Amino acid sequence: MNAYSPVAEAPPSFELPPGGLGVSSPGAPEPAATPRGRPRLGLASADPLGWLLGPAVALLGWTIGSLGGWLDPRVLPEPWAALAAARELIADGRLQTNLAASAWRAAQGLALGSSIGVVLALASGLTLTGGYLIDGSVQMKRAVPILALIPLLIIWFGIGETMKVSVIALAVFTPIYLNTHAALRGIETRYVELAETLGLSRKTFLSQVVLPGALPGFLLGLRFAVASAWLALVVVEQMNATSGIGYMINLARVYAETDVIVVGLVVYAILGIASDTAVRAIERRALAWRRTLAR
Amino acid sequence: MTARRSPEDAPVVRVRDLVRRFTLKGVLNGVDLDIRRGEFVALLGRSGCGKSTLLRAIAQLDHEATGSGEIAAPHNLSVVFQDARLLPWKRALDNVVLGLPGRDARARGAQALTEVELAGREQSWPSELSGGEQQRVALARSLVREPELLLADEPFGALDALTRIRMHALLKRLVHAHSPAVLLVTHDVDEAIALADRIVVLEQGKVAADVPVALPAPEPERAEAFASLRRQLLARLGVRDDGLGRVA
Repeated sequence: MNAYSPVAEAPPSFELPPGGLGVSSPGAPEPAATPRGRPRLGLASADPLGWLLGPAVALLGWTIGSLGGWLDPRVLPEPWAALAAARELIADGRLQTNLAASAWRAAQGLALGSSIGVVLALASGLTLTGGYLIDGSVQMKRAVPILALIPLLIIWFGIGETMKVSVIALAVFTPIYLNTHAALRGIETRYVELAETLGLSRKTFLSQVVLPGALPGFLLGLRFAVASAWLALVVVEQMNATSGIGYMINLARVYAETDVIVVGLVVYAILGIASDTAVRAIERRALAWRRTLAR
Repeated sequence: MTARRSPEDAPVVRVRDLVRRFTLKGVLNGVDLDIRRGEFVALLGRSGCGKSTLLRAIAQLDHEATGSGEIAAPHNLSVVFQDARLLPWKRALDNVVLGLPGRDARARGAQALTEVELAGREQSWPSELSGGEQQRVALARSLVREPELLLADEPFGALDALTRIRMHALLKRLVHAHSPAVLLVTHDVDEAIALADRIVVLEQGKVAADVPVALPAPEPERAEAFASLRRQLLARLGVRDDGLGRVA
């Protein structure tokens, strides 16, 4: 009764002529320069290693400036001097010790701040009452620059590690909270309707629909949070620290060791890039379902 | 096609004097509708006539609506939406068995996927499936629950014409095998005639026509009856069928 078969989705069988589906017909003489049609206005696809060009040019300029004597070593040391300083710092273990101190501080602050951020975001994202209680306060806190809170935190916690970790945690907390909360509240109505028609329990709805749906928001927040953590770290390590990369830089300033300062800055840059790469790797794993869309 | 009636002829769905008002869109002004066990009803109407509103009311999805009237519908109903509405973070089979109880849920889910001709695609992400395949996963998700009532809100509206014809045949076969009552919302007259036992036309929030689809089996008469019913329904919808008057 129905002429159409619903079953077989046989692939259409046709063969490409050798050389592909060219515009020119076989018999026609090939024009000398094939007209390419319209000029391209959009950019061609980027080279994956292209981003290295800028840093390479900067390094080259730095080297030439030092070689030509245009750069005063007191302003910026020669690249090889910075390299030698790095070797020396590693040899006597100062770089490792300070790096470990900094990383430990950042990790503590990141863990504490993310935990608080996630818990508060869940409380305010999943319940109306929680939202009324928490969201307004966090939005107001967001308007206060984190560095403005440092004097208060010093009075509360002193100038030791507790204060330093608290500042980092506070800096981390905000982006985690904001992005996770927005993702939880932004869950699409159509998925909520689906869950209702499937008769999902509240527990299943939260664990299978809401939380996985909010995961991309949380991970985006985590990337911002990691950047904030390093920023806060730099600030607190300039204040009465006795260890850490910031302390190392500060000490070098006293003795005008610009080469050590440069080493510290490069280490900060590497830490920032490495941690961002790590979060992206977590993102790729956790959001495997999105990879096919990006391709 | 004749209605598959069961001995007990009590309607599965009973809607009486249903009124729904929204601030923005969709209004029902006293709708009465019965759907018998195993009956396939197509709900036809122009956009904005309230057909989706009626479906959502029966599915109890209209939390924000105000209105009155009486709806009796089985608890065990399932909805197929115009978008397949698969969770993008769940693989095809996990979408099918989402919230499905029982130890054999996954086996039943896999079997449902086989029924919609998607065996072997259990582990695909929704984004790897074509529009028609996604809608077939959604059908499997509905059928694996063995619903008494299947509500379909323009389920093929977003598919291309060829896929739609395939889906019609598939749906017909599945409905025959599982025999739920079906309410199919559509604005496609041909689709309604091809699939339904009965066609209800909704106009400005009221039932304007209720036409059984009884086409004779032998071919020349069948085509004639099809064309005549089509003309009749199009006229009801305010479209002259001169081939040019498709403005609805």
